Amino acid sequence: MPLTDLANPSRFLAVVDRLLPWLAAATLLAFAFGIREAYLAPDDYQQGATVKIMFIHVPAAWLGTLAWVLMSIAALGTLVWRHPLADVAAKAAAPIGAAFTLMCLVTGSLWGRPMWGTYWVWDARLTSVLVLFLMYLGVIALWRTIDDPSRAARVVAVLTLVGAINIPIIKFSVEWWNTLHQSASVLRLGGSTIDPTILMPLMVMLVAFTLLFLTLHLAAMRNEIVRRRLRSMLLMQADAAAGA
Amino acid sequence: MTMDLGPHAGFIVGAYVAAIAIVAGLIIWVMLDRRQLARAVDELEGKGIMRRSQRGREEIP
Repeated sequence: MPLTDLANPSRFLAVVDRLLPWLAAATLLAFAFGIREAYLAPDDYQQGATVKIMFIHVPAAWLGTLAWVLMSIAALGTLVWRHPLADVAAKAAAPIGAAFTLMCLVTGSLWGRPMWGTYWVWDARLTSVLVLFLMYLGVIALWRTIDDPSRAARVVAVLTLVGAINIPIIKFSVEWWNTLHQSASVLRLGGSTIDPTILMPLMVMLVAFTLLFLTLHLAAMRNEIVRRRLRSMLLMQADAAAGA
Repeated sequence: MTMDLGPHAGFIVGAYVAAIAIVAGLIIWVMLDRRQLARAVDELEGKGIMRRSQRGREEIP
């Protein structure tokens, strides 16, 4: 089946129905392996056992920003190509991105207290991630405010693209400003600075969390398509009642 | 097999509990949403209300 066929919501639903059980199983397997690796990982020579928070904090941060990147691509799909599934993908990604950003903030705060001596500091990295979380809440609120999904999609798409400016700010904040948050140690030129015994479980957890995101996103997209079908059925019911 | 999480065990356990709660919340939200939507669609279909594409399909012999 050509990839363009997925633009048809009915075909997309059929593919998702077949794909989801496999994705859910792969997610469970990846988590089982990742949690085992995280459990067996040695303590860090400076941070001790608190390094284990990294195995959930870093994937949460990765998915919090990835969801906004996906929403930005979907926003282009809505505004430029008018792809029928673009705004469905964007709307489904927003609550999931918000949840992972919240996870990033909470786990980071719980990691910061023993390591930095404080739960929170208004440095550039932490503040820009908090701004990302607030932007997610704004986008979710906007989706709920405007009744017509296609009109809401255009407004949200513009806001999403404006908000995309925050993504490079989050990424490079630790290089552009003097922050309490450490600089990049996983994705950086010259390779990771993390010891392989800790990097390996982190990579497995990154894969597991990404699979979880994909599973939840596809399931939420399926729900959104059904919600739109339900909306058109309700409109038809209202039309029929008005005509009677 | 027990794990020694050192003096900051509370923070580590707290972070994992928060992560599990957030993931569980997401899974429950997606599943409940699906169930509610399916129920609402079934109810309308039971009243004979169908989308135009469904009606078209039923008219084809």
